[in-house]
Amino acid sequence: MAGSPVVERLDEDTFPKILLRNARVFADRPSMREKDLGIWQAWTWSQVLEEIRTFAIGLQDIGFTQGDKIAIVGANRPRLYWSMVAVQSLGGVPVPLYSDSVAEEMAFVLEHAEVRFACVEDQEQVDKLLSMSESLPHLEQVIYDDPRGLVDYDHSRLHSFEGLQVAGRKALEGDPARAEAWLEGIAAAKGADIAVMLYTSGTTGRPKGVMLSFDNLVISARNGNKFDNLNETEETLAYLPMAWIGDHVFSLAQAYCAGYCVNCPENLETVLSDRREIAPTYFFAPPRVFEGLLTHIMVRMEDAGRIKKKMFDFFMGVARRVGEQILNGEDVGFGDRLLYRLGDLFVYGPLKNQMGFTRLKVGYTAGEAIGPEIFRFYRSLGLNLKQLYGQTEASVYITMQPDGEIYGDTVGMPAPDVELRIAENGEVHYRSPGVFVGYYKNDEATRSTKTEDGWVLTGDAGFIADNGHLKIIDRAKDVGKLSDGSLFAPKYIENKLKFFPNVKEVVAFGDGRDFCGVFVNIDLTAVGSWAERNNVNYASYQELAAHPHVYEMIRSHVDQVNRDLASEPMMAGGQIKRFLVLHKELDADDGELTRTQKVRRSFIAERYQPLIEALYDGSTSKHVRTEVTFEDGRKGGIEATVAIHDMELYPAQSGGMKEAAE
Amino acid sequence: MNAFVDPAGMAGHSGMTKGEVLLRVDNVSLAFGGVKAITNISFDIVKGEVRAIIGPNGAGKTSMLNVINGFYHPQEGTITWRGKVRRKMKPYEAASNGIARTFQNVALFKGMTTLDNIMTGRGLKMHKNFLWQCLHWGPALREENEHRRKVEEIIDFLEIQAIRKTPVGRLPYGLQKRVELARALAMEPELLLLDEPMAGMNLEEKEDMSRFILDVNQQFGTTIALIEHDMGVVMDLSDRVVVLDYGRKIADGPPEEVQSNQDVIDAYLGVPHEN
Repeated sequence: MAGSPVVERLDEDTFPKILLRNARVFADRPSMREKDLGIWQAWTWSQVLEEIRTFAIGLQDIGFTQGDKIAIVGANRPRLYWSMVAVQSLGGVPVPLYSDSVAEEMAFVLEHAEVRFACVEDQEQVDKLLSMSESLPHLEQVIYDDPRGLVDYDHSRLHSFEGLQVAGRKALEGDPARAEAWLEGIAAAKGADIAVMLYTSGTTGRPKGVMLSFDNLVISARNGNKFDNLNETEETLAYLPMAWIGDHVFSLAQAYCAGYCVNCPENLETVLSDRREIAPTYFFAPPRVFEGLLTHIMVRMEDAGRIKKKMFDFFMGVARRVGEQILNGEDVGFGDRLLYRLGDLFVYGPLKNQMGFTRLKVGYTAGEAIGPEIFRFYRSLGLNLKQLYGQTEASVYITMQPDGEIYGDTVGMPAPDVELRIAENGEVHYRSPGVFVGYYKNDEATRSTKTEDGWVLTGDAGFIADNGHLKIIDRAKDVGKLSDGSLFAPKYIENKLKFFPNVKEVVAFGDGRDFCGVFVNIDLTAVGSWAERNNVNYASYQELAAHPHVYEMIRSHVDQVNRDLASEPMMAGGQIKRFLVLHKELDADDGELTRTQKVRRSFIAERYQPLIEALYDGSTSKHVRTEVTFEDGRKGGIEATVAIHDMELYPAQSGGMKEAAE
Repeated sequence: MNAFVDPAGMAGHSGMTKGEVLLRVDNVSLAFGGVKAITNISFDIVKGEVRAIIGPNGAGKTSMLNVINGFYHPQEGTITWRGKVRRKMKPYEAASNGIARTFQNVALFKGMTTLDNIMTGRGLKMHKNFLWQCLHWGPALREENEHRRKVEEIIDFLEIQAIRKTPVGRLPYGLQKRVELARALAMEPELLLLDEPMAGMNLEEKEDMSRFILDVNQQFGTTIALIEHDMGVVMDLSDRVVVLDYGRKIADGPPEEVQSNQDVIDAYLGVPHEN
């Protein structure tokens, strides 16, 4: 389908130009849908052109000129998407913001970006902006989409989206030259102009405004479309934050370039049922969405009748055995193919329908590592789920997984037009047409991220596996070396162990030491239910954690991880030599985890200094006392003797594809 | 997206303008046998306001509400509704005269979905007869579609799209309260009576509910009379408050005035014994 003639032959280099083209060639095809009052309302490309044009003219009449910036705040609403292109048609730059950020965070970005205008979803966002208007001298006009509750507000600086459109329509009817002038403005824009500014969420320090040009986005989007053969018949669901590059590229850039339809759910809580109704052909979700969906299904299946449950278990077994091979187009026996067909009829089909994936052509997950079991579950159902590795600074695409070459533990080959290199220190660098122009008003950060000749430093450490696919192991600054010089990537090891349901948290140590040692936290729910089934009695977390059987279980997991590591030449040196199961759960109240449940490695190293010493001095057990903070703020202590186990290490194997733990 | 709902279209019943007296009770007394629930109470409700009725337990608040909506007929006194003195009504007359209410204990059809529950609120406004409705075709279908649209506007207004097809019995309490409000709104009442709309809610649900009550009042122009025990809510929401104690009115006025009234303080906190 890639040969769709209208999509191939293109010279439009900005979104307003592409909009004009789409309104011409896809005039009556749907461009956007929104569920309103329980019914899906659609706008065709020609209607969208009209909506955008009238809004742009209305915007012009309240003083918007070339070079102005406008903040876009709200959930995924058609009008907010339109406002972005309307602004671009006037030579302005949209700055989408995370709508759930608190007023102060928002104020920083609004001030830094010097926005004069804001287009927001509803009263909540208007209130937020008005509450900080004193600290925002640049902000002049606010436009809102949903008028509810805003009737009594002072409208000297406030406009409704609809109101501006009405004014714009009048102006167009009154003066035909306005329409001409608007088209001329669009024609004058170039691909090198700034299309959008996206603020990176800023896990470290203040957010930075990433400037992306039309060329960045248009070329990346076309490459993405070509890679997965996307055309004007696709359907997607826009439900991820508009300020996030992923949504900007999937729901705007790629949608415009391919001409496909973007569907806006009724609200965030209805996404699941809306997805079932739309059945998107192209879908993106972070791993947690797929995890949540799988858990949901498994819990529901536990309550299903005996026959259904039997059927489900049997056919899921078939899918696990042959599903992925069939999807990858490999050789599978006739009997298995037949069984798989039957399974599709009885189990996979209805399951996919429940999840809204019946028509799925390709689905992506990115953002963080997805558990291999989860990834395999979806693929075995015949869903073409893939991983990609991307960044805001790259207009998303750095590496992608081509059809038929999907591996759970790697993130794919360089995307079209992307060059990749691994630096001395293991950091991944890339260069592509999608590489950002620079950080807004922050040349220092631009220089430290982007080299003179256009290479961007990702900050992630990784390597190219034998099959040519990129493998990301950790943040570059966290990657260290053991004293024998072999690579030590703590998060990589921790994640490998954490994929076992019995393991809740892991902290790996080893930078500058002789070998890698880990602290393990067991998952009380998973191990607790195992204990119940196996008649293991315990009175507390501490007791369960110290139980010899539990140690044996964790030991087998660590052993599996070591086997895995041994099969990877780069990582073989980082095998886990000694481990212990911690006597208490790591807790944010004790400062051991961040509020977002990430381990604070250096803090833990300090707090459990005696245990670390024991880990490295060869002793087999250690008595410790740890201070804990209870939920009501009182402090107490836990005393325990923690056993430390030695592991067998495996010699590094060279070459050979590896399959993750079965 | 919330469609902008035209206030005139929703609430235009009597053609009264804001500020006119919509309902007046004069010297009303109600007794159940020997128990005097309400004794000689007079007050009025003005079009467009939020009127709160407060008082300690057993003060006669819910009885008052039942008198207002015509469920009870007082033994003494008169009730003037839209400028006309009201006589004793049959229940269906009471239901169709522009007053809707919610209940202290949620009174929904638990086995039915949210949507169906709200649709029942439109029952009185369906004009096609039973046979037509059984046929579910032509004019009857058209009529139902129109009503469905109104209901969808209310669903949108109260942001309960996600539970449209969920049986009400499976919903948490706070949401059930919201569905009940939706059903009352579906009747497009001129006067909406809310019997403890916030009872048993957590702080966040209370804030949501307050927001909705204010929005209903502002956007639909609906006059609201509410009973509530949460004084914070009463003080924030209402324009005027009437205070009852043992079936008698002890204060009536703007919230801040009522709050500092000694009789009210005594009624709520009790009076120390003389000796």
